[in-house]
This record gives sequence, C-alpha cells and structure tokens, in this order.
Amino acid sequence: MQTTRTNDLLRFTEKGIYCEKAGIYIDPWRPVDKALITHGHADHSRWGHKSYLATESAAPVIKYRLGNIKIQTIAYGKSININGVEFSFHPAGHIIGSAQIRASYKGDTWVASGDFKLEDDGISEAFEPVKCNTFITESTFGLPIYDWKPQQEIFDDINQWWRSNAAEGKVTFITGYSLGKAQRILNGLDTSIGKIYTHGAVENINEVIRNQGIKLPETTRVSQEIPVKDYTSNLVLAPPGAINSAWMKKFKPLSIGIASGWMALRGARRRRAAERGFVLSDHVDWKDLNTAIKETEAERVIVTHGYTKIYTEYLKEQGLDAEAAQTEFTGESLDGEATESNEESKSPTT
Amino acid sequence: MKRFAQLFNQLDQTTKTLKKVEYLVAYLREASDKDKLWTIAILSHRRPKRTVKTSLMRVWASELAQVPLWLFEESYHVVGDLAETIALVLPPPSQQHTKTLTEWIDIIKSLDKQEEDYKKKVVLEAWSGLDYNERFVFNKLITGGFRIGVSQKLIMRAVAQYEEQEESAMAHRLMGNWTPDTISYEELIRSENPLDDISRPYPFYLAYAVESETSQLGDVSEWQLERKWDGIRGQVIVRDNEIFVWSRGEELVTDKFPEYHPLAELLPNGTVLDGEILPFEDGMPLSFNILQTRIGRKNLTKKILQSAPIVLMCYDLLEYNGEDIRSQPLVDRRKLLEQLLEAHPTNGICLLSERVDVNDWKEAAKERAKSRSLLSEGLMIKRLDSEYKIGRKKGDWWKWKVDPLTIDAVMLYAQSGHGRRANLFTDYTFAVWDGDQLVPFTKAYSGLTDKEFNQITAWVRKNTKEKFGPVRSVNPELVFEIAFEGINESKRHKSGISLRFPRMLRWRKDKPVKEANTLADLKKMLDLYG
Repeated sequence: MQTTRTNDLLRFTEKGIYCEKAGIYIDPWRPVDKALITHGHADHSRWGHKSYLATESAAPVIKYRLGNIKIQTIAYGKSININGVEFSFHPAGHIIGSAQIRASYKGDTWVASGDFKLEDDGISEAFEPVKCNTFITESTFGLPIYDWKPQQEIFDDINQWWRSNAAEGKVTFITGYSLGKAQRILNGLDTSIGKIYTHGAVENINEVIRNQGIKLPETTRVSQEIPVKDYTSNLVLAPPGAINSAWMKKFKPLSIGIASGWMALRGARRRRAAERGFVLSDHVDWKDLNTAIKETEAERVIVTHGYTKIYTEYLKEQGLDAEAAQTEFTGESLDGEATESNEESKSPTT
Repeated sequence: MKRFAQLFNQLDQTTKTLKKVEYLVAYLREASDKDKLWTIAILSHRRPKRTVKTSLMRVWASELAQVPLWLFEESYHVVGDLAETIALVLPPPSQQHTKTLTEWIDIIKSLDKQEEDYKKKVVLEAWSGLDYNERFVFNKLITGGFRIGVSQKLIMRAVAQYEEQEESAMAHRLMGNWTPDTISYEELIRSENPLDDISRPYPFYLAYAVESETSQLGDVSEWQLERKWDGIRGQVIVRDNEIFVWSRGEELVTDKFPEYHPLAELLPNGTVLDGEILPFEDGMPLSFNILQTRIGRKNLTKKILQSAPIVLMCYDLLEYNGEDIRSQPLVDRRKLLEQLLEAHPTNGICLLSERVDVNDWKEAAKERAKSRSLLSEGLMIKRLDSEYKIGRKKGDWWKWKVDPLTIDAVMLYAQSGHGRRANLFTDYTFAVWDGDQLVPFTKAYSGLTDKEFNQITAWVRKNTKEKFGPVRSVNPELVFEIAFEGINESKRHKSGISLRFPRMLRWRKDKPVKEANTLADLKKMLDLYG
C-alpha cells in the first residue's frame, strides 16, 4: 500500500504526507515541525505540531480547536516558496477555509486535495480545479451508488419536514457535524418557520465563524434556563453524537433527522432509527469525483481514504496510474463522527 | 405504483407500529381492490414467481449505469441489497410511467419463459420511467424479500381496521394457500364463508419465554405443563377426506411428510391438530439433525424415510367435528384431544404430548432439568383455562427452555450483514483452540446490541488481516461467549461438530484469547449431549 517512488515530491510516511525537499508535512497525523493544513476537521488538523500553515479563513477554527498553537496564514492562490518548492492553497469547497494544497518543483506539480466537493454550497469557498501531474484524492463516497441531488432540493425537503413537524407541535431535531455541515444546514433553513436552537458544540463553532465576519442565521444556544416548552415547533441543530443522548431527552415530542451522505443507504438510515435521512454531504459523489480527477489532467492519482482499493482499481481501468495510500484520514464516518470526537467531549452537556 | 412505493417508504421510515397501521389503512382507503390484494399478498410473503434471474438484472444495470460489472458487485457488497443497489446506480429516468402496482406485477409475471432479449427490453423500459423509490420497489417485486418490519399481525390489524371487522376473523382469512391469482379481494376478505378453502389453517399461538421466577405465575395447579419438543411446529388438517400439513412458517408441507397421509382416513373430517413434527423412534425422540436430513429433499426415497422416521406429537385440538373450538379453555380442548386419539387409533402416527404433573414449581424445575437427557428443549407452561390465541401473546402460554450450552470462542472472520445491517460487520466465524491452532467451528450473527456491533465494526476495520470479497480475516483477539441449544457430530465441518442455534451471549472483554475453550471441551459436550 505505501507509496514510495524515489523521485516523488510528496511521499507517504508514518507521520503524514511528507515533502522532503521542503521539510514540511501536509495534514500529518503524528507531531512534526512544520504542518501545512488543508482544513480544520480533526483527522486533518491534529494537535502537537510546532508550526501550522493554513488559509486565512481556516485558521480561526483551527486555533479555537487546538488552543495555543503557532499558526501562519496564507491567502488562496498566493504562492510561498519553501526551500525551492512552490506551495499554494486553492479552494476545496469542503468547508469554510478548506484548501487543496499545490506543491510544485521544477515542473513537477502535485495537489493534495484533503476533502473536497464540487457543488458550491454558498458558504465555503467554491472548489477550483487545479492542474497537476499527481493528484492526491479522497474517495469517501467513491462508488457509483452515491449520486447527490442539488442541495436546494435537500434544503426544501428539510424545510418541508420542519414545517409539518411545527404544525404537529413537534421539535425538529436535525444532526450534522458541527464544523461545516451544521453551518451549511443553517444557511439552508427557512427561518420564517421558527426559531433555531443549537447544541453547544455547534454554537461554539458558529461563534468562531461569525467572529471572522461570516454571516449566519440567528441561533440560540440550548441551555437549562430555557423552558422546555419554548422548543415546541422549533428546530434543534446538533452533532450526530447527540442522538439518543441524555441531552436529547428534554426535547419532546420530537422528530429526528440526520443529514449525511450515508443516508443514501437504506441500511444506514434504518440502523440509526432516525425518522428522516437527508442525503447531504460535504464530500464529492461518484460523478463529481471522476469529473474532478479529469479536470486536474493528472496522469497519476493517489487515493488516500474511503473506498481506496476499489476506486484505485477503477482508475487503473480508466488508464490512469493509480494507487492507494495508507493514511489516518477518516472522511465522514458513518457511526458517530470520528472527525470531531474532541469537540463533543468539550461541549457543555446541559 | 407511485402510491405503493410511497407506502413502502412510509413503512420503512418509522419503527412505530401505530404509525405503520395508520399508513396501511390510509393506503387501503385509496388503493383499488386489485392493488389492495397484491399489497396484502406481498406483505405476507406471497410475491409473484421470479421470472428474471438476478444475475441478468445485475448485468443490465451495470451496462445502463456504464459501470464495470465488478464495480457493481463491489457496490452491492457495500449496500447489501440488490434491488437497492440497482436503483442507486441507474441513470435518472427519461420518462414517467403511470401504471398501477397490479399492472406492473402482471408485466413481471408475463416475462415467464420469455427470451432473454425480450425480458431485457421490458425491464429497461420499466426502469426508464420509474423514479428512485418506484425502481426500488419494482426490483424488489422481481427479486423478492420485502423485509420492511411489517408483521403479518400488523397487516391483519390494518385490514381489520379498514374493513371494520374483528382482528381474529381477519387473521384467519389471511391464512392459507391463496394467491392473488386464485382469489379476489372481495372473496378473500368479505365472502360469507371463509372456510371455502378446505386447506386453510388457523393462525398459530406462540409462547414467550418465561420472564422471571416461575413462582410468579401463581399456583402450579392452574397450569398444564408439557415437554417442549425440538422438531417443526405444525398443523395437521383433515377435511373432506383430505389431509393438509402446514408448518409454522405457513408453508404447506403435506408432500414432505407422507407418513401423515393415512390420517386422512384414520381421523374424522373436520379435525385440526396442533403438534410437533418430530423425529422419533423406539419410544424416544431423535435429534433435530435427523429431521433436517429430509427437509430440503425433493425426492423422499424409502431409505430417507426409514432413516428419519417421524411422528406427530399432538399438543392441541383446534377444530373438532368441523367446529372451531379455539375459544374453549385448554382443559376442555385437551379432553377432546384425548378422546379423539383414543377413539381413532393412528398406528403410532399421532402421539399425545404427555402432561408433566407436578405438585409445585420446585418439582417443575426438577422436571425441566431432565430435559436434555430426554432430548427435549424444556417445558411448556400453559394456563388451564387459556383459549387458543393468535400469534405471540404474553400471559397464558410460556416456554421455559433449558439454559443453553455455552463456550468461549475467538473471532476469526467477520462479514458485513444485509439490509439494516449492511455496512456493519455482524456475521462472525468463531474458533476454539486445538493445541496452538485455532479451529473454526461455528458462525453466529445475533445476540449483541447495535452499540456493540458498531464498536466491533470499528475494531474489524482496524484489525483486518486479509479481505476475501465481503469477508475479512481479523487478528484473533476478541473472545465471545457462544450459546447454543444442541451439539451434533458433523462430517461437513472441519471441526467435526455442528451447533444448533448458535448465538453470541456476550462479548468477553475480560477474557484473554489464550483462555478461550478448546476443541476437546467441545468434544466432551458432544459426548454428553450429542
């Protein structure tokens, strides 16, 4: 599995994606001196590096999550030269501030894309294809069974569901992970239906994001001071881990919905015992994954997480030089959110 | 079809039975009689005959989706449901069909014995005009297996509510041998005399396991105790000089048990017996394994019949002299049963399930403890004044099984489940020690909570040694306590044994792998209980 060719600009090591020439790592999973970070999710942006480099809009959340770290920022599209290797960050469309990191040396160009999606979600900086020789990609939803609908259709479904719950006097309880999905859902909600309440983990991130000048609909943090009846007919936005927690119990009667790419599968929907599954993902679906790879014009593709083995086989059949690499990225996890376990344990559980 | 697909979706999205009944009733109000009948049929596992091979559907779907077949198969492994996988990969529809459920079923039925090209044309044409939900349902109609958590009881309740009739009467009407081809909705549900179909069985009354101390059940003298036998629960019907044998799974199995055929003459018309189809010889029951050797066979040769002799161990009498006596108390039904068998000797085909008479629950416990040596599963405890109810009901009938045998075993392989459990590793292969080797001896896939399955799934992903299609070999680190009801010698298994009803009792997080049981331990059990 491990990808090692002697002249590779970027190599997969035990600590992360390594550029020996520049002495930096991209999204390393073990502590290193210099880390270039694609985005703030916990499997890409880890604790313990001596210095961090991320986009200007990704940095506030990374700082908030990792505490006292040494972090520098860079604007999208701007180049930085490290030991002769030219690096630049380009929008990945995954969440606010997410980037594909381009590395170029003597005409050999690599792009490490982190997590990405092509659909412009109206809140993250929209994906831009970057031409390269080698493209490092995720494949979280890299099977032909995943085919996303335009997000407006999903938002219409969510609002419709909220409306009918409100009419029945029920609390609408919807989950999405707290960095990215939560803000995307917020942006799509029809605030004329009712009030939006948030779990602490979500609201903490909202505050960080509002402080960097991004406007989000008005939300109220769930707290013990709020009388339980105030939630009636309104909406509660929470991370997936809150489902069936003691915290959830106060909202009743309620209808539970989950927003996740995994909701495309009936088995996953039924297992979570949610009344509604909304197929909404911040990762590319099958079509867009293939489109993205085509547009890079890369002749070589390295698949880091998701259905790596299967998708690599497929790319090989398409005539590309493809291989799977072992990493510790998790993408969007199906059962609980590995990507933000820290967040949830930190959150107030009142 | 749109409405039926909507119903399917509604039923699928809720776990609340009240809601399900509500959706079903709403559907029945809107659907035509023909669609109603097919809906009832499908939800009670009477789907149309399969006319298209699933292997062909896989090929067509992957062609249409422009996906290589191997990739389609990999996707199927992930989804765990063929009908769903096909619906997911197909390109969006190019037109809109408006046919009804019955019309689509007629089309599917008309494909029988047609050329492959013709079948393909029809199926592709169908796919091109159905949306995601309709495609899924259409594929399910062809591939079968509508598992959507709707029990027979729920359908019956919904139909009864819609028709404003008694549930028990409706349950009886929905039993038996009918298909939408042989009967109309009007005839099935509303005809004056539902007994027109002489083969129609009564719904089985099933017992729950004893929940607490038996002393909680009150005075033992109010109860009838019997042995619980390990065969196939069955209903034998003699009407109009004909005999019908039904299994508990509502399958007509008359042909599989020719030994019972003389009963058509030996017993009076209008007799329905509830009993156990039990392998039996020389006054003793035989192991269930013996019965298994003949269940799947198409041709029952003399040799097989000889090596697997059966009797009908009679528990109860449901119809006597053509009269439904299910509402009479057990004690009276029992008297009639005894009289009947006495007045009509059956040359040993029918045996009376004997009462186990005890003075108190302590004695009952002693009797229960004898079960394994009698090849019995435990005791049945039935209230003397109980009527014969429908389905699984608490209160009057209890089963008090012997404690299962258990063994601690090591997980060697894991495989993901299907349907609700797709994407979760839920099916495991277990091994015991033979020297320093681990010998696989059983599979098990139930007994753990969803939470435990989630944890183990995450563990399997991290501890996979090799992948073989959907199966993964894992590091031998996890120990489980496996419970089972019986143990038998088996030439088909490497370990030389086979277990009956193996399941996981608990995850032994406390137990080191080295301390799991050995093959010698299993062999000892085989000697004792095999």
